[in-house]
Amino acid sequence: MGTTDSGMIGGRLTPGQYEVNFADLHPRLDEHEALVASDRCYFCYDAPCMTACPTSIDIPLFIRQIATGNPIGSAKTIFDQNILGGMCARVCPTETLCEEACVRMEAEGRPVAIGRLQRFATDIAMAEGRQFYERAPSTGKTVAVVGAGPAGLACAHRLAVNGHDVVVYDAREKAGGLNEYGIATYKATDDFAQKEVDYVLAIGGIEIRNRQMLGRDITLADLLARHDAVFLGIGLTGVNALRTEGEAAEGVGDAIDFIAALRQSQGKTDIPVGRRVVVIGGGMTAIDAAVQAKLLGAEEVTICYRRGREHMNASPYEQDLATSRGVTIRHGLQPRRILVREDGKVAGIELDYTTDVDGRLVATGETGMLAADHILKAIGQTLEADPLGIVALQSGRIVVDTEGRTSLDRVWAGGDCRLGGEDLTVSAVAQGRDAAESIHRTLMAENHPAVAVA
Amino acid sequence: MADLRNTFVGIKSPNPFWLASAPPTDKAYNVERAFKAGWGGVVWKTLGEDGPPVVNVNGPRYGAIWGADRRLLGLNNIELITDRDLYTNLREMKQVKMNWPDRALIASIMVPCEEESWKAILPLVEETGADGIELNFGCPHGMSERGMGAAVGQVPAYIEMVVRWCKQYTRMPVITKLTPNITDIRHPARAAKAGGTDAVSLINTINSITSVNLDTFAPEPSIDGKGSHGGYCGPAVKPIALNMVAEIARDPETHGLPISGIGGITTWRDAAEFLVLGAGNVQVCTAAMTYGFKIVQEMITGLSTWMDAKGHRTLDDITGRAIPNVSDWQYLNLNYVAKARIDQDACIKCGRCHIACEDTSHQAITQYVDGIRHFEVMEDECVGCNLCVNVCPVQDCITMVALPPGTLDERTGKVVDPAYANWTTHPNNPMSRPAAE
Repeated sequence: MGTTDSGMIGGRLTPGQYEVNFADLHPRLDEHEALVASDRCYFCYDAPCMTACPTSIDIPLFIRQIATGNPIGSAKTIFDQNILGGMCARVCPTETLCEEACVRMEAEGRPVAIGRLQRFATDIAMAEGRQFYERAPSTGKTVAVVGAGPAGLACAHRLAVNGHDVVVYDAREKAGGLNEYGIATYKATDDFAQKEVDYVLAIGGIEIRNRQMLGRDITLADLLARHDAVFLGIGLTGVNALRTEGEAAEGVGDAIDFIAALRQSQGKTDIPVGRRVVVIGGGMTAIDAAVQAKLLGAEEVTICYRRGREHMNASPYEQDLATSRGVTIRHGLQPRRILVREDGKVAGIELDYTTDVDGRLVATGETGMLAADHILKAIGQTLEADPLGIVALQSGRIVVDTEGRTSLDRVWAGGDCRLGGEDLTVSAVAQGRDAAESIHRTLMAENHPAVAVA
Repeated sequence: MADLRNTFVGIKSPNPFWLASAPPTDKAYNVERAFKAGWGGVVWKTLGEDGPPVVNVNGPRYGAIWGADRRLLGLNNIELITDRDLYTNLREMKQVKMNWPDRALIASIMVPCEEESWKAILPLVEETGADGIELNFGCPHGMSERGMGAAVGQVPAYIEMVVRWCKQYTRMPVITKLTPNITDIRHPARAAKAGGTDAVSLINTINSITSVNLDTFAPEPSIDGKGSHGGYCGPAVKPIALNMVAEIARDPETHGLPISGIGGITTWRDAAEFLVLGAGNVQVCTAAMTYGFKIVQEMITGLSTWMDAKGHRTLDDITGRAIPNVSDWQYLNLNYVAKARIDQDACIKCGRCHIACEDTSHQAITQYVDGIRHFEVMEDECVGCNLCVNVCPVQDCITMVALPPGTLDERTGKVVDPAYANWTTHPNNPMSRPAAE
């Protein structure tokens, strides 16, 4: 039976409860549901949903294809723009993208279920193993993609479509990046991230080399020597620290590690969680960590965010999801110090109340205390810049032009590592895809040098 | 409360809602349930002549088309007339009429196109106490291949002949049911009138194939891999039926001939439309076959509420009221000018009005104004065609607004003339020009 004892403990729940708690958040619509949902689409002209999608999927068309009994054609419409359309259907914050723009929102405050319809079509095509793309004849060019996350996979696929040979170097055990390691378990069940990687790789011409970290196992100079072009989709692998007293206490950890461990765990009983969990941060990572802590059986889970609700990066939908699972979200609280027991374990956290003075966050002088045996930090990630050498950075991100080109010749970048990245899977896909097209144009121009005509 | 009592060719019923001759009126069990639910009358499913009963197919009899969320929009069938023994039907009809004296009970009849056949069956029906007979000249499948049903209804001379026999051999009112599978409904109606019919009822079902199975290449409904055209009915046929009713109602030769309106009537509003176009009552089938008999409650209360709201006390106050407004095209007022107007507060910016107009009509609706997605009618291009109104998903968002006389029509550059003028007097009409001197 489960336990509510203090301390970091795995197996707080019975095995059956884990299965229920970590089941698919939004199971695939069945055929009837999909027909009903798709019928609500007005097939808008120059549709606002399509404009709102970072990958510009032709949403009215793919929904009409579902409505007319053609989910395979629908899937192709989706994949044409977004080869990771399956994962995006699961993790996109549709409520702030396509579904927010849906004219049904204006009409009645309830959008067409675009995300769930996208999943319906892509799931069917992927389950049938339907591949829609063939490689163009080989160009003889080779491109290195660093990072097998959404940006890298999208880039690699589009490069392969265009006939280039691609080698994807990834630091971790498995490809997928944040899709594999950074997303709440209930959003990508049944090992979907790996299935999607396999689906993307099925086109051929893409070799994945795991445990190859830039700066540790490979260098940018090596890659430029071996390949005709390099795409950097390295994400943000550094983690911000609180820089407060007690941060090293046992029971204080990074939310992204917690989320990654959960994703890699089969039964979830091996993932320790506290009785009283405090999550520091206000983004999606904070929400994913907090909700899953609760699902693991924590008695109290509190998100502490230093500013007001309106500043939270987590969408209102995600916030509602968290509160519906019993997570408490508190605003205007900033860590002051972590309280540590004599045995080195965390005992709680002292927080400063904050207020906004002319857009600047200041402590009011009032403080509060929360008992905690588990503290998760979700206060943002940083770019590991050292291996990038002379590649130009700004605000700790890689500077790129509109095509995704960095300051360094033959090097492109996309995804979270690039300046203006939006911490969104779907944006990373768009940037990877578009960088691939830019790389393709550049490499092909080399084959046909411009000739001056007198 | 509006008085919904109905008298149609002398037949009284508590309301104008009858069930049409079809599966719902096949036997006493169904009809009793219908009367309990509140139906004003029934036309008993068509009786054939004495002898071995008709046989039906043993596979699917119905096919359908659907709208959103599988709402049934059109139904077709290949069922024949009653497949029960004639005397069983007659016995049940007599009993039901005794049990429900205030409801109308009409016998639908279809026998071979021979005088003796009609002469033989009419006294048998009369003996049941039925209030009248309806001649089934409409059934488009199966029976028509045997020279009955639509095969009679498509030849006006046969209609007149059979109606004459019926008027000769029975005192019961005769309602002649017409097939829509002809080019001009006025001809069979005139023939029925010439034969002395008391009324016509229409429309019967329309020849149709509802769909084709793309795996088997067989039409639906499919019987062992083959299909036959069936009779189409349901909401989809209503516009066709309304026009045919109106054509008969405004034809000088048949004007005033009582009409029982049939064809896709699903709600009180549908029924009211038939009544104001000249129907003395209405018959319903598909709606009952889709939702059951209870729908009559909605029809009764809906019609009554509308009549109360408009101050109409009896059905006579509304019957035929729209007939004077059904016109030939040539008499429509060409000086009437309307423009579409989009209510920007109601607009949800789907863009369908724009693309419909841009791709398929008159390029009269903007997509962007000052760089912002904004749909607005350009009056100098709008011909007032109403397509945008019809494709807009938001009710009353786009409306047609008549330009008052004296205002400028920006498209034509002409001032709207208050005078009525139609094609017969239009200068572009060669027939309207004065003869050369």
